[in-house]
Amino acid sequence: MRRLPVLFLISAALVAAITLVRTQSVHAGVTPAAARAAAAANSPVNAHTSRSDAEINIYASPLELLLSPDGSQLFVLCQQSGDIRVVSTATGRTLKSIPIGQELRGIFLSPDGSRLYVTSSWDDTVSVVDTHTLAVTARFSVKGEPSGVVTDKSGKTLFVANRLSNDVAVLNATTGDEIKRLAAGRGASYMLLSADGKRIYTSHIYPALGAHRTVPQSELTVISPDSEPGRAAGPHVVDRMPLHLAAGVFHIAQSADGRLSAVAHFHPKNLIPLAHLEHGGALANNLTLFGPDVDQAVGGTIEVPLDELDRYYAYPFGVAITPDKSRILVTHGGADVVTVISVPALLKFAHAHPKGFAEDLSASGNYVLARIPVGKNPRGITLNRTGSLAYVANRLDDTISVIDTRTSKVLRTIALDTPKAISALRRGEQTFYTAKYGFQGHFGCSSCHLDSTLDGLTWDLEPDGFGVDIVDNRLLEDIRDTEPYKWNGGNPDIPTECGVRTEKYFWRSENYDARTLADLTVYIMGIRKRPNRALPGPGKLTPAQDRGKVIFERTVDNFGNPIPELNRCNYCHSGPKGTNQKSFDVGTKKWTDRSGLLDTPQLTSIALTAPYLHDGSARTLEEIWTVYNPHDQHGRTNDLIKDQLNDLIEYLRTR
Amino acid sequence: MKKLLFSALISLAAALPIAAQPAMPRFHFENFTTANGLPNDHVFSVLVDGDRIWAGTENGLAVREHGIWKTYTTADGLAHRAVLSLALDKVTGDVWAGTMGGLSRVSAGRIDSFTQLNSGLSNNVVYGVSVEGTSVWVATAAGACRYNTATGQWDFFNDRNTPMNEIWTYSVSATPTKVYIAVWGSGLLEYDQKTQRWDKYDDPDGENEMVLYKDQGLIHEIVTSVSYVDGIVWAATYFGDSRYDGRYWHNFLTKDSGLPSNFTNTIRGIDRNRCWFGTDKGLAYYDGTNWAVYRPSLTDGKPEMTVRDAAGKVTPIPVTSAPAHNYVLGIDFQGDDIWVATAKGLSHGIRLPQDKRTAGTPASHPISTGSNPTTAK
Repeated sequence: MRRLPVLFLISAALVAAITLVRTQSVHAGVTPAAARAAAAANSPVNAHTSRSDAEINIYASPLELLLSPDGSQLFVLCQQSGDIRVVSTATGRTLKSIPIGQELRGIFLSPDGSRLYVTSSWDDTVSVVDTHTLAVTARFSVKGEPSGVVTDKSGKTLFVANRLSNDVAVLNATTGDEIKRLAAGRGASYMLLSADGKRIYTSHIYPALGAHRTVPQSELTVISPDSEPGRAAGPHVVDRMPLHLAAGVFHIAQSADGRLSAVAHFHPKNLIPLAHLEHGGALANNLTLFGPDVDQAVGGTIEVPLDELDRYYAYPFGVAITPDKSRILVTHGGADVVTVISVPALLKFAHAHPKGFAEDLSASGNYVLARIPVGKNPRGITLNRTGSLAYVANRLDDTISVIDTRTSKVLRTIALDTPKAISALRRGEQTFYTAKYGFQGHFGCSSCHLDSTLDGLTWDLEPDGFGVDIVDNRLLEDIRDTEPYKWNGGNPDIPTECGVRTEKYFWRSENYDARTLADLTVYIMGIRKRPNRALPGPGKLTPAQDRGKVIFERTVDNFGNPIPELNRCNYCHSGPKGTNQKSFDVGTKKWTDRSGLLDTPQLTSIALTAPYLHDGSARTLEEIWTVYNPHDQHGRTNDLIKDQLNDLIEYLRTR
Repeated sequence: MKKLLFSALISLAAALPIAAQPAMPRFHFENFTTANGLPNDHVFSVLVDGDRIWAGTENGLAVREHGIWKTYTTADGLAHRAVLSLALDKVTGDVWAGTMGGLSRVSAGRIDSFTQLNSGLSNNVVYGVSVEGTSVWVATAAGACRYNTATGQWDFFNDRNTPMNEIWTYSVSATPTKVYIAVWGSGLLEYDQKTQRWDKYDDPDGENEMVLYKDQGLIHEIVTSVSYVDGIVWAATYFGDSRYDGRYWHNFLTKDSGLPSNFTNTIRGIDRNRCWFGTDKGLAYYDGTNWAVYRPSLTDGKPEMTVRDAAGKVTPIPVTSAPAHNYVLGIDFQGDDIWVATAKGLSHGIRLPQDKRTAGTPASHPISTGSNPTTAK
């Protein structure tokens, strides 16, 4: 019975959308008003209320996948439906669905093949699945948004990369007892156990918090799972392999002999104005190769472009290396293809170009063997034992592509059990993740809003730019009722923000039609807020958070003087989202800004969104007030003693 | 045969003065300065990390590995070039460095710096740091604070929420049961990890620079260093030092002990009975009964070692080397060896085998202990 209204609304939305598409001129673009109307019609519920959970969870959304040791079964991590699907590789039929939790992200098969470890990033748990009984046998609590997961070679110790706490938790794989946490980089997310079991690599979706307007830097955190003489007992970090000019770093793969490793990542050029989009790009899609084979060829690491001169392959995510080291396969979540690279040709080319070719888009023609079209938003990839077959999880059409790696052809496509009808929400998500609208397929919304959030970078977005109006990338979670959008508050709604503006500034080619823009609006407006980990419990605050709340709401300063309304935290940052949706000059205008009048940003998940201020000049919440508020224009704060400022920040961490 | 007899006589002669004295550890000191790799001769702190030696100097954080010194500077992300204190997180292997411009974490070559402007750190001048579990305890010029590496939360401890009258904290020693904070002008603070309550130990005569009666309690309100090990508090001041077992205080003054100076910069307890002292007039060791002092002579600068027995008899021991300077600021141990940070260089005291032989068993007089992972630095 609960489904009926939703289905009815979806049907109504489809009819309304089709009508709109027919009546709008696609070539003329879509007016925001029309898109707003379409979005309202397409929305499964009223635009000012939350979406139903049923709508959120109905699609499988395969994100990662692994083969059983005998190759007869695929374990498919379904992100949105929150289960592991066990799929027969022979028949393509789903044998079992194992419910796990919310927003699944990482999966690992124990070395002996007896257990699957699955991270549930919004539940802060790692589930243990017995691969014989296909039952969940344990759930371990791991705070900090667990993402990637591996064990050591013995299977006795579990390593979990945590995206929000920026660390790797080390657990007893049998009991789940946490042994220690190792400092990783920002947004720790994907992990690899090396072929010899002596190293664990962790990649990060956010770059390090560097100095303002400096090139992004990331790292691969290299962990020894075992004690080494003269070092801390047990697992410890042995190296931090720098990834210069890298942000948004995803999967790592290693050859069976351990001599060749590859990691997929973005190569942002965020310091130059986006006006230069057509001059070579703002966001390249690259691989970095490392290991003895690479050392032998070039004496270090190689950064390898995957794009071409006039065609980009956005969102390089999954990587696999065939056992014979002849090929590297890379999934492109924004381009809906799998790139096949000839390893010998690549190493030969690299050897001939010792100075590097990371930004030479003509290079890929020398080593790319094929681009294999697959389903929508291909993400995880795994190979069978011989490397003859590759399985690719197509997240946004709920299919698995089976590729013959020798012919670079898709042999068949396995459809997962999922609703046949595609909702507006789902279509909007597909639009959000595709790069097909971008100039030469350069990037899509998700290239900067990684996993529908942010990228931790500042950008020079304006075509009149050349260093004017630098902006920090803002979080998209729970943005309903926070309009207007854009730091200058120039866009009254999402259709304006994502329609005309995006078409003009970003895509420069194909416009959205009315339904597409409406669907995209529905999706963006529906991106949920992740659970807040700072809260001690529902409706509870710690003593420090309580004190901070008092400061946030205070009307009198430490000297007993009344604080003018405009200078109180909770005047501008009012309401449940922490914004009164108005613009103010809080004294943060830089010489690069045309105006100091800025939209009041919402406080949703504010602790996670560094850097801060409109241009990302404040690296931490503290710096907003200790460095960038000398005249109390950004709230009365200069009377606060350090204890109070700490309390205020503890409170903000609960928002 | 004659040669053998001669050698035996020489050995016997060398051993005689020692054998007549308490078996105190002897060292050959190897000194490091800018001449052989340190970035600066002013060494404020030293930390042994397996086979690596970290030296906090006035011009960067130096680390010696495989016989080669490397220096981290502000260009590498260090909070400030003057590194006052060091602590090792033995669980993760991370090194924490307290500087004059903030707190830095060195983790596998990456440096993350926390300052009073970019984090919850209470003050940029970090005199002391100690790691216990996921808590990094920090003694600063404006109170102490605790950083939780798991949650990112900072807690403050100052005059507003502890019995701390002054907020210039100088040293911290954190253990699973108790945390002690040495406060400049406000005695010694004790934090019970279980009850989360604070207690305080003061000089009974206030800030007077006198000792009213023997073993009166804390000697002075200016406490410069503290070390908590095996249930014993070892506390240093500029006016003498103390041992506290939870019930009784025992004071150490130059007038009635082997302490070379009452002006003590740093103190490192080894167990319930033994302790090392870094003073302005040399390095001292107390084995529960006897004292040994290692220093360049105060008169001619020549290497000097003296041993004072329980009866107060002082015997010079012939030595060929001494710590780089008498002004000792930091002490740490590497097996039987000792590392000493001084005002004019870093010294590596290589334990000599003679005293082991004399003592009867090499293990009978280890200078460090593996049971005290969190003594104050």
